[in-house]
Amino acid sequence: METLTPEIGQFALVLALIMSLVGATFPLIGAHKKDETLIAMAPSLALGQCLFIGIAFFSLMAAHVTDDFSVLNVVQNSHTLKPMLYKVAGVWGNHEGSLLLWTFVLSLFSAGIALTPSIDAAFKARVLAVQAIIAAGFFLFSLLTSNPFIRVSPMPIEGNGLNPVLQDPGLAFHPPFLYLGYVGFSVAFSFAVAGLIQGKVDESWARYMRPWVLVAWSLLTVGISMGSWWAYYELGWGGFWFWDPVENASLMPWIAGTALLHSVKVVERRGALKHWTVLLSILAFGLSLMGTFLVRSGILSSVHSFANDPERGLFVLIFLVLAVGGALSLYGIRAAKFEYGRPFHPVSREGGLVLNNFILFICAVIVFLGTLYPLFLDAVSGTKISVGPPYYAATVVPLFFILMVAMGAGPLLPWTSRAKLGAILFSLIPAAIVGALALGFALFDMKDVMSAFGFGIAVWVICATAQYGWRVWQKVLPGGSAFERLMRIPRGSWGLMLAHAGVGIVVMGITAAGAWQQSFEGALKEGQSATVGGYTFTLEKVEQHVQGPNYDARRATFTVAKNGKVFATMRPETRLYDQPVVQTTEAAIRPRLNGDIYAVIGDPNNNGGYAVRLYTKPLVSWIWGGALIMAAGGVLALLDRRRFAKRQKSAAPAAAEAGALS
Amino acid sequence: MKPKHKRLAIILSGLIVLGGAVGLALSALNDNIVFFYGPSDLAKMAVAPDRSIRVGGLVEQGSVVHEPDGKTIHFTITDGTNAVPVIYTGLLPDLFREGQGVVAQGTLQNHEFMAREVLAKHDEKYMPPEVADALKRSGEWQRNEAGAAPATQGL
Repeated sequence: METLTPEIGQFALVLALIMSLVGATFPLIGAHKKDETLIAMAPSLALGQCLFIGIAFFSLMAAHVTDDFSVLNVVQNSHTLKPMLYKVAGVWGNHEGSLLLWTFVLSLFSAGIALTPSIDAAFKARVLAVQAIIAAGFFLFSLLTSNPFIRVSPMPIEGNGLNPVLQDPGLAFHPPFLYLGYVGFSVAFSFAVAGLIQGKVDESWARYMRPWVLVAWSLLTVGISMGSWWAYYELGWGGFWFWDPVENASLMPWIAGTALLHSVKVVERRGALKHWTVLLSILAFGLSLMGTFLVRSGILSSVHSFANDPERGLFVLIFLVLAVGGALSLYGIRAAKFEYGRPFHPVSREGGLVLNNFILFICAVIVFLGTLYPLFLDAVSGTKISVGPPYYAATVVPLFFILMVAMGAGPLLPWTSRAKLGAILFSLIPAAIVGALALGFALFDMKDVMSAFGFGIAVWVICATAQYGWRVWQKVLPGGSAFERLMRIPRGSWGLMLAHAGVGIVVMGITAAGAWQQSFEGALKEGQSATVGGYTFTLEKVEQHVQGPNYDARRATFTVAKNGKVFATMRPETRLYDQPVVQTTEAAIRPRLNGDIYAVIGDPNNNGGYAVRLYTKPLVSWIWGGALIMAAGGVLALLDRRRFAKRQKSAAPAAAEAGALS
Repeated sequence: MKPKHKRLAIILSGLIVLGGAVGLALSALNDNIVFFYGPSDLAKMAVAPDRSIRVGGLVEQGSVVHEPDGKTIHFTITDGTNAVPVIYTGLLPDLFREGQGVVAQGTLQNHEFMAREVLAKHDEKYMPPEVADALKRSGEWQRNEAGAAPATQGL
């Protein structure tokens, strides 16, 4: 169906560009000359830009949903037979559309800042101006190299379809979450640059910035775990993390963002670590841009690679160099103006957070080296290499273990003054004992020493976090029911507990699924059985040519029995999609809290059997459950901020009480 | 010590630790890099049998043979000029097909490549850059075969 929406979208995109160009200049001049009128323009411009890019984005969505094959983007990526969910997801399932989503999300964040009351107007104008500069760059990118609204003539009657591997609920929402996270760090970047322009970074700067960092971090956590979950069930052998360059590209901003959300807390509470926090904000967004560049440019060889256009990568690269280079130059010129923060003893909460940042920073550097060194070597000498999991297992993993050991004690350290480290560690003996028992059990049962240590340390983190929770509970004002007392625990403390316990849960899942996995890979005929980890899988039948909406499937039926009792029927499939013609594996997974059962059917062999893969994966779903708990912790910490701000105005003592605990 | 000196001392010691960490990381990197070769590269050189490498090219037409055990597969990776026989045990990725680009990781033993991993790609139009390069070097590159019109796909 041909409609006018692409023209509307194109027009709206141009208007958004104009608004961003105005928003990038006049408010900045206004803030410099203290011109109230120009300063007051910034929020309206940000809202207008958001409105127009929203119209552009939904125009493209309308074209996809109505099968408007006069639009090249729809022709290349859609098909009338595609289910509606994937027509919608198809909007961002391609380069042009995903770029539009990127700018839409950026503009939404700008609108959010514009609508935040009580930020100093001149500072807000500067933040919004930096946001507008970033937006203008990407609007230009979209219009000049990746216009999604280009028409084709004559209009084809059918589209080419969307890569069937991408027709999946997990992957439909993975890129938007990732983008929300990446783009969220643009706010930190804009705050940092605006802080540098005004030559002042203080507690209130951090107070307004921290919620955005928490939002970005939580969304990125969800986005990464969705991608890993997708790989787990779609790639057909239950792997969930490959240390693949494209995965690393999203991990690096996450690591930097994790460091940032801890360091910005120090700025907020004590006014210290300003320089580091500003640099980290620039780094987090720089790494986000680099992630976009690496994935978009197609220079990486990866299990996640798609055909790409190097010229588009070049644009992102130039933008990256300008943004990071510009921000760092500004830092060089202006940072000397910052006032010194309050000093702190090295063994204190601040000291612990510095250690956290230091380890995370080294992790980011290591991942950066492993991801970019192959590209560097190829560019210099033409030698092709790849860096695989053993490198990361030897470097990042032990560092992360050290970080997790420290994580148990960190929240118990007092701010500023010297901590009584001996007493704190002594109080954590229960957690240490449970952790050691878990380690002993794992050492006894696991073949892999590294995994056993990870398992033990993860249990330690969870128990030490619970002990921290107990201490907070004891400090809450007595009186009232247990529920009332629970509700009185500041949400920031809940956030900390959930996020830290979530890390422990993720690591328990990773180590248990890796070290305790059992598998069978071989051929089975109909009626034959294989036993894996105490479960007996019987291949009951294999049906050919089971028709789906846009595919033809081979479907196997397994019954799974434990101790002679059948308790599950599993139906893995191999699908052959029509448009485009692609074969995919649909694993059958029985998720359970104590571990998943995983079955895959492959191709037939010459003597009437089928290749099958059967796995048991203990605790594997804890990986994604733990990641969601971490993200929920981030959101709770965010909610604390608002309450804190409100209470600070009305009742100072209540705020002081909340502050003493967090 | 004055606060300023203290700060400086902390930053300096931080930098020293950072330098050490990067040094260790680089040495770990050196031990764990996996080199990529095309079949023609392998014909010209010797590779230690315990050294993990990657080999890429096209799966030769008619070369895929399944053993009766149902999990061992023999096939040949070719760049048109030279070819390497490959033995792999396990399920092949969905997009593995004769005539298509493939990357295998494993060790070369007695001129046979024992693959531990055969890499899957999401996109049927996608050619791993190393494979495209290896084919170009051996003069086998055909644009139409490798997808002259690059499709644009999302993440």
